[in-house]
Amino acid sequence: MSTSSPASNLPILTAKDFASDQEIRWCPRCGDYSILAQMKKVLPTLGVPRENFVFVSGIGCSSRFPYYVNTYGFHGIHGRAPAIASGVKTARPDLQVWVITGDGDALSIGGNHLMHMLRRNLDLKVILFNNRIYGLTKGQYSPTSLVGHRTKSTPVGSVDNPLSPLCYAIGSEATFVARAVDVDIKHLTTVLERAAHHQGTAFVEVYQDCNVFNNGAWDYATDKAKKADNVVYLEHGKPLVFGKDLKKGIRLNGMHPEVVELGKGITEDDLLFHDEKSPEPSLAFLLSRMRQPDYPEPLGVFRDVAAPIYDKVVNEQVASVIAKNGPGDLDALFNSGDTWVVE
Amino acid sequence: MSSMGVLNTEPTQPPEKKLEQLDEVVIRFCGDSGDGMQLVGTQFTNVSASFGNDVSTLPDFPAEIRAPAGTLAGVSGFQLNFSSRDIFTPGDQVDTLVAMNPAALKTNLGDLKRGGTLIVNEDEFDKGNLMKAGYDGNPLLDPEFAARFRLHKVAMTRLTRDAVSGLGLSQKDADRCKNFFALGLVYWLYDRDRTPTEQWINDKFKKNPAIQEANLRALRGGFNYGFSTESFTTHYQVPPARLAPGKYRKITGNEATAYGLVTGAKLAGKRLFYSGYPITPASDILHELAMMKSFGVRTFQAEDEIAAMSATVGAAFAGEVAVTASSGPGICLKGEAMGLGVMTELPMVIVDVQRGGPSTGLPTKTEQSDLLLAFFGRNGDCPMPIVAAAGPGDCFYMAQEAIRIAIEFMTPVLLLTDGYIANGAEPWLIPRMADLKPIKIEHPAGKTGHSPDSVNGDGENGFMPYARNEKLARPWALPGTPGLEHRVGGLEKADGTGNVEYSPKNHHHMVMTRIKKVAGVADYIPLQEVEGPATGKLLVMSWGGTCGAVRTAVRAAIDAGKSVAHTHLRYMNPFPRNLGEIVKRYDTVLIPELNSGQLLLLIRAKYLVDAIGFNKVQGKPFLVNELVAKIDEVLESQPS
Repeated sequence: MSTSSPASNLPILTAKDFASDQEIRWCPRCGDYSILAQMKKVLPTLGVPRENFVFVSGIGCSSRFPYYVNTYGFHGIHGRAPAIASGVKTARPDLQVWVITGDGDALSIGGNHLMHMLRRNLDLKVILFNNRIYGLTKGQYSPTSLVGHRTKSTPVGSVDNPLSPLCYAIGSEATFVARAVDVDIKHLTTVLERAAHHQGTAFVEVYQDCNVFNNGAWDYATDKAKKADNVVYLEHGKPLVFGKDLKKGIRLNGMHPEVVELGKGITEDDLLFHDEKSPEPSLAFLLSRMRQPDYPEPLGVFRDVAAPIYDKVVNEQVASVIAKNGPGDLDALFNSGDTWVVE
Repeated sequence: MSSMGVLNTEPTQPPEKKLEQLDEVVIRFCGDSGDGMQLVGTQFTNVSASFGNDVSTLPDFPAEIRAPAGTLAGVSGFQLNFSSRDIFTPGDQVDTLVAMNPAALKTNLGDLKRGGTLIVNEDEFDKGNLMKAGYDGNPLLDPEFAARFRLHKVAMTRLTRDAVSGLGLSQKDADRCKNFFALGLVYWLYDRDRTPTEQWINDKFKKNPAIQEANLRALRGGFNYGFSTESFTTHYQVPPARLAPGKYRKITGNEATAYGLVTGAKLAGKRLFYSGYPITPASDILHELAMMKSFGVRTFQAEDEIAAMSATVGAAFAGEVAVTASSGPGICLKGEAMGLGVMTELPMVIVDVQRGGPSTGLPTKTEQSDLLLAFFGRNGDCPMPIVAAAGPGDCFYMAQEAIRIAIEFMTPVLLLTDGYIANGAEPWLIPRMADLKPIKIEHPAGKTGHSPDSVNGDGENGFMPYARNEKLARPWALPGTPGLEHRVGGLEKADGTGNVEYSPKNHHHMVMTRIKKVAGVADYIPLQEVEGPATGKLLVMSWGGTCGAVRTAVRAAIDAGKSVAHTHLRYMNPFPRNLGEIVKRYDTVLIPELNSGQLLLLIRAKYLVDAIGFNKVQGKPFLVNELVAKIDEVLESQPS
């Protein structure tokens, strides 16, 4: 179980109960505010006692998050939140542990830990705030910044090929992978809820606007006029349709997705149907490769499958050894092997 | 009589053999790293310890798992000292050297006593092997060489093949038994009971009867070879030692560390969470603990050293007795997360099994060169209590001390051991759990029922995660406790509330408070003791794994009527509070260390004494003789 069993006698809490007394120090209009607000709305609905939540973060603007949620919280060091959280969760599987991280924190300095957390499938909920920039250090390009991005450290434009967080997560065979946008409140809430209920590592990328150092990076996905043509909402078992009047779709041509117009002999049945439950991650990976400007970018749940959960299995191993051999006796251990007595 | 025919049957008419008594013997087995030298060394140690000798061992293996056969780089050795008296070191010089090939002879001969017993596998002294070892000719054929030692040229390869013939073994498998042939021969030479090793072979190879029988035959073959052939005229007995009464077993430092950690957790009423990344010479702690699941131990083999440390911090926050271990290179990587442990003031233990550095250095060799790293190897003023084990068995007790201090003071604690004591073994007086002192933990109780208003720092009824007790320790609130929800992290804290606080005065206060807290540990550790005269000409001060060698050397000097005393440190930070007074009672303080003078620097700085160092940085422990000579030199240079 990812959480303590919801007890019927739990007090009814609201978003307000999850607000800490700390002054929030994000810049005005930062995308982080929206994510925090949706999180505080979701937490009271999960049937988990407030004291059983732990928020763990790394370093960066997003990583201040735990200070603003009135649960147990741990503000870690740069890139190490997945490792700290792995310690918390392996030691205490009864806690529901959330990891808050950013594109620099998770994918650059902490890339190794992220991969190993995902492949182990610890029961952790991971929210990666992707703003394609280092905000706290005042504006250097990040591993998700686009080629040509001019920043303080790339005055003539970045030459690094950007990394897609979801390609990385699916490549590591994460069992739950999703994407949402900071200002698309309703959709974000749904995705957070689904992540919370997933058993195993739930990895969510949130497009988050840094209005100070990378303003408008996600305009194509948030601007009301452009958005419909630039994103496609994934729904399990449904065809991939998008566009203002839902007249466009994604069709598979061999292994290549292509954008088609519905009508003129093309029906929804010809389109790619989403299957988030597919044990084979290839479809999810293909979707994660769809990028602007060539394709609309998918939002929603890419993948949601079941696999053994590390922290659960580790603790089950211990329990089964104790069940089989009885609890260890240290005096017996000390006296094991060859012993001799000196009179 | 042909030696071949006697191997598998007890001979009826052996040649006349003398049996002599000895107090103490040092044996070294050496051969290729694939020759099984560690195995036979361990068997000899176990049998001698069970017999009642005091034992001390020094395994010495190459960093390469299997360097090319026959080369100098691939030589693996195992030295043990067994005695009828108390001993504290594996011995300076070797009485009996068993060399399985020319490379082993070449790299180890320098440590064999003049006139010592040299047993060689002459079958391996062919042209190719001699060349690989860098010999121009065969030293065994040189009469001058032979005259310097009691040389026994034994055709071990051929004799072993002969002993196992008829079992259908490949030549390769047959040849792998020759370590047991060598062991059998040395068992005869030192009048050891071979039954325990036979039992071990029976058990180990029970699924492969042919190999089982072959190893048994090789062992007996070697034993009977000594018994029957005229090459060996004398064999020796080393009577049991007069150790303190009680029940004993053999233990290595890494085993003792693992046992001590589990015991410490148990004494605290907790389960152990251990996180580590494979590294020589610390990996055996992970291996030991991974087998101890029935004690509730959870082991986490992390993706790297940073993750191992970070997971330890996480588990400590979650309320476990959390431990990680590594060696120097790993400790460097852990530094930042160790600082996080200091800032969040959570209890945890970091074990550093020191090895030769810097960088990758000498992975399989010992050194004491991480002391200053332990003291200062983190950013900021980042104090941590440091304890150091004095020998293999002491690792058990210092691991518990590390846990006790960590919990009582809410701080990460470093436990220093080293490759020498981690892999070395000695007899261990088996403790009883009932005799060990429980470690007291008080977790703050939560509010009963729901308390929506409790946030850290709200003053009135709020939980104060950085409130301090008389030891300056903060409360250890467990996640899952209602009403104690709070946040910690690496940013500077306001005292009391634990809220993020950058103000200048608060930072100064918090830095000084963390320093004061660690310094205060001095009031809760034993006073420093001195062996020898309370005042005098020379105080020899040691720490960590050199205890045995220094104690032996100082005792010899005291026995010779010299004005010398010994003090051995196990508590490094803070130092015991009477140490400053002790160092002033002697004309000179001599600090021998397996580094370039790290404790020396600290003692000179802290106590303003003109202490002198004696430093050896060769990846090897001190020899007693080196220390005796240094003590004499220092005493002679003093004005009388």
